[in-house]
Amino acid sequence: MNPEKFILVCNGAECRNPGAEEIYNNLRHECSIHNADDVQVIRTGCLGFCAHGPVVKTLPDETLYAGVTPEDAAEIVENHIINGKKVERLLYNKNESKQNVKVDNADFYQKQFRIVLRNCGIIDPENIEEYIARDGYAALEKVVFDMNPDDIIAELKSAGLRGRGGAGFPTWMKWNFTKQVESDEKFVVCNADEGDPGAYMDRGTLEGDPHSILEAMTIAGYCIGAKKGYIYIRAEYPLAIERLQKGMEDSRALGLLGDNILGSDFSFDIEIRLGAGAFVCGEETALIASIEGERGMPKPRPPFPSVKGVWGKPTLINNVETWANIPVIITRGGEWFSKIGTEDSRGTKVFALTGKIRNSGLVEVPMGTTLREIVYDIGGGIPGDKAFKAVQTGGPSGGVIPAEYLDTPIDYIHLKELGSIMGSGGMIIMDEDDCMVDVAKFYLGFSVDESCGKCSPCRIGGRTLYNILEKITTGNGELEDIEKLKTIGKAMQTASLCGLGQTAPNPILSTLKYFEDEYLAHIKNHRCPSKKCKELISFHILADKCVGCTICAKNCPVNVIDGAVREVHTIDQSGCIKCGKCFEVCKFNAVFIK
Amino acid sequence: MAALTRESLKKLRDSLKKDFNRINSAGKTKVVIGMGTCGLAAGAKETEEAFLEALAKEQRKDVVVSGTGCMGLCFAEPTVEVIVPGMPSVVYGNVDREMAERIVRKHIQGKILVNDHIYDKPSVDIIEELEGN
Repeated sequence: MNPEKFILVCNGAECRNPGAEEIYNNLRHECSIHNADDVQVIRTGCLGFCAHGPVVKTLPDETLYAGVTPEDAAEIVENHIINGKKVERLLYNKNESKQNVKVDNADFYQKQFRIVLRNCGIIDPENIEEYIARDGYAALEKVVFDMNPDDIIAELKSAGLRGRGGAGFPTWMKWNFTKQVESDEKFVVCNADEGDPGAYMDRGTLEGDPHSILEAMTIAGYCIGAKKGYIYIRAEYPLAIERLQKGMEDSRALGLLGDNILGSDFSFDIEIRLGAGAFVCGEETALIASIEGERGMPKPRPPFPSVKGVWGKPTLINNVETWANIPVIITRGGEWFSKIGTEDSRGTKVFALTGKIRNSGLVEVPMGTTLREIVYDIGGGIPGDKAFKAVQTGGPSGGVIPAEYLDTPIDYIHLKELGSIMGSGGMIIMDEDDCMVDVAKFYLGFSVDESCGKCSPCRIGGRTLYNILEKITTGNGELEDIEKLKTIGKAMQTASLCGLGQTAPNPILSTLKYFEDEYLAHIKNHRCPSKKCKELISFHILADKCVGCTICAKNCPVNVIDGAVREVHTIDQSGCIKCGKCFEVCKFNAVFIK
Repeated sequence: MAALTRESLKKLRDSLKKDFNRINSAGKTKVVIGMGTCGLAAGAKETEEAFLEALAKEQRKDVVVSGTGCMGLCFAEPTVEVIVPGMPSVVYGNVDREMAERIVRKHIQGKILVNDHIYDKPSVDIIEELEGN
């Protein structure tokens, strides 16, 4: 007999829950007692919820039990599987988990809620028919035939959508400004110049659901009165470009793009412009310059692009994730959308969860979800059960949030209060082994490399800050350097021409805010508490633990480890390059870092 | 295909919806492979080949194998969703050649789930939920 019911026991190899194997065995045993041969008990990979583990899930009725013990197996099988009554006391409490968040009809336990990624992982992105089957181009049809431009703006206003590129400007206002300007020609632009280290939300969306972007841009064209759109995307995203191009060809063939869309008198077409991968081109005025074939450098605003953008014409620029929300807002209505998230931040946000996290990946959660839920329930916690130290949000423009704020709901206002930003959605998790001064130096180094050099606060300020951090991480820092970092950082925030320079000092200022003691340890004690900064550490061999196996000496790339077989080895500090190879290969924990 | 009008788009969507009903895809078995950059980098192309070969061996020409974008489970790429009528659809992670063969043998042919590789779907499907309302 083929099984019809399934009991899933979370048994992620990484985070094997205590007792999971026993639960699995007991469930199987109970099923055989009850002769339930239509039930299959199965071990799964990590289902998340590691902090509430062990978890057990039943299919097809999708019930989630948390905190299950081996003794609970009998009750689950007898009550739920045989008699169809859920075991109330073990049910995962979804109300508790959703206290910060409003989600319409939130009758499910999953932490994620996918609006932007609604089709990613479900449809074939190269098949326009699958997009249409899932309500694709229904929004376009609705606006072209049933809505006038003001209705669209009213819908966006009631939705409360804010720009997902980083700054969080209300989307309806941007659309309205561009719509109101009188002009013979207007443009719509999709900013797909995603460049933060560790961020790939937009790539995932473009590769997984290219039509959602094309449809949204066409809707905007109808709303503001534009006939032409540009997608500005970096050439490093070849697959996304290929799928966008295929999508454009298919939608043109069906009359969903091009002249007389759906037989109406509205015409709109889109062109792809490839960027060369300069981070500053994500800034809208630099992006516009780059579209026009100029060097990608920002200009002072105003005039804003909504008045004077591409080729001097009114231009509406939105980020990929903002675009992906638009068709859903039109088909389901702004009111539906406004019920998701928090008062200040409506809807969802996609994050690229990376760094020291078990379940790295693209996650989309309602605004107001806490960092703890993302890190522990979705992300599965830190590998090796190391201590969570901080999460970096907003990339080189953002900052770090330390462990004591793990329960902060994520929305624009709270992240700003903590000295970080929502940014485009990179989320890098750091554990006890990460040095915060080194982290600040990494992000600043990125901004310094990517500075276009047009304005001096960014060009000179950034370099000067970097030199100071270099001084500190090599043990040559002085106490007054901290004050210098703050002064120069604040000057850059005020005086830089564009967002890149204005936000470049954020990683320093926020690490200084929460981890000043680490800076002081580097400066005063010439010590790196996380043992990361090479100039401040040294490798040694413990005489009482070394058995003289010679493996470290064999692996040392510069041959500075001495010692005969079965004798204690020593490292010649003068030649050591501190690569850490000996530390990695020693099986007796005899190598230690000072 | 000819250019669509409002009416013909509606008609097309209605007929496509019937084909593309994810719960009961007209009794069709479907293998959906995550083929974003992340999946491809982790070997999704080889996984696809393995599925096609294993299905050919079992003479299951009726099974639809298709690609999709990123499912979001980057830590477990390549990821594959397997939809068999009458069974809950599940997402498998870390699907290499050998796993693909096991999925065909056990899940698609044997109608039982395969141990240790099932991951949770990231969230409810808002489009499907809308249909249900």
